[in-house]
Amino acid sequence: MAPEALHDLTPAYALDALDEAEERAYEAHLAGCTQCREELASLREAAGLLAYAVDAPAPPEALRGRILAQARAERPNVIPLRPRFVRATQVAAAVAACAAIGFAGWSVQLQREVDRVRSAQQDALGVIAEPGTRQISLNGDHGALYVSPTGSAALVIARLNPAPSGKTYEAWVVENGKPRPAGTFDAAQSPSVVSLQEPVPAGAIVAVTQERGDGGRVPRGPRVLLAQT
Amino acid sequence: MARAFAHLSDEAVVALVSRSDESALAELYDRFGRVAYGLALRVLRDSALAEDAVQEAFLTAWRSADRFMPERGKASTWILTLVHRRAVDLVRREEVRRTEPIDAAVEPAGDAADDVAWLRLERERVQEALKLLPDQQRETLELAYYGGYTQSELAERLGQPLGTIKSRMFAGLSRLRELLAEPHPEGSAWRPRHSTT
Repeated sequence: MAPEALHDLTPAYALDALDEAEERAYEAHLAGCTQCREELASLREAAGLLAYAVDAPAPPEALRGRILAQARAERPNVIPLRPRFVRATQVAAAVAACAAIGFAGWSVQLQREVDRVRSAQQDALGVIAEPGTRQISLNGDHGALYVSPTGSAALVIARLNPAPSGKTYEAWVVENGKPRPAGTFDAAQSPSVVSLQEPVPAGAIVAVTQERGDGGRVPRGPRVLLAQT
Repeated sequence: MARAFAHLSDEAVVALVSRSDESALAELYDRFGRVAYGLALRVLRDSALAEDAVQEAFLTAWRSADRFMPERGKASTWILTLVHRRAVDLVRREEVRRTEPIDAAVEPAGDAADDVAWLRLERERVQEALKLLPDQQRETLELAYYGGYTQSELAERLGQPLGTIKSRMFAGLSRLRELLAEPHPEGSAWRPRHSTT
């Protein structure tokens, strides 16, 4: 779709009146269009006022308690993080949407994708979408490392052959020459999105090696990827 | 419970929510739960679905509050967008959308009297502004926002070219914004609230 045509979608997007394909196209455009972002912010505020024009009966009292109980159950960090792979086909759109970080922090389409591929994927996407997250290229044009201001990190890896049978890729956070294991993945999908288990402090190196079996506590296999923060 | 957050702006409350502060989430719900539920009910016409939409929207807020950027818009717009988005998703899935006005709900007397009074004022203000829009613009906005129709569906339903629908949406929202522009630049910093201490 031509940029002008996409620009014209701003009012409908503000009203949530686009179909999914239009919405995706518009959000991709939005990431690079300051003018649309400004106009959207303004039109969306007007659209939000429409919410106040309707009668507002009190919600059932139990609703409040249900929301708070569910939130408590979902409290971050309660669920132990395990290295997990991301089904890249499912998140490709989300990754594309947030590759141009800095665009509206709550893309509807991104939120949808995130809802669809919860859990580990969400950790990685959360890092990628977080304001202030830095993007560091991996060697060999294999993708990028994303490091949030708090040190949470995720790898988005492209063009890496899937791990051969009996082997796995293992990520490492190397600080002061000491590598800490940060999760394993198989790169069966491209791109692969990997949420690192270890925080990445400033100045650390993130490396990926190919290891035998399920990986180990220290790197032994060949190094395939590297990023210097 | 004392309203420890009463002095905080909506945006500050969202900032606390992003730090997984449960009582901040409760505060956010106390501020917007009612209007959120009213909106979801208007779109969905079904109280159980409306509750689902509100619950999912607030949990989305809980999970993604760190992605809210105050420089990009008000917290009230953010939470209501989440609610509306969820309601529209559900209505498109359930195909329950209708466009007749919903029966006026009976407002329970009692605890949240000030809140209700404030919401009533706000409702009258927005309804008055809507009345000032040309009929076609108002109709387009209402069908899109409350009916959950996409712009293409609206073009078909109203027998108009898509470009006309887009123009009406733009003109309608722009006019509404002019009519309802908040007199105070700080906007949502504070509103009269009930104090059920």
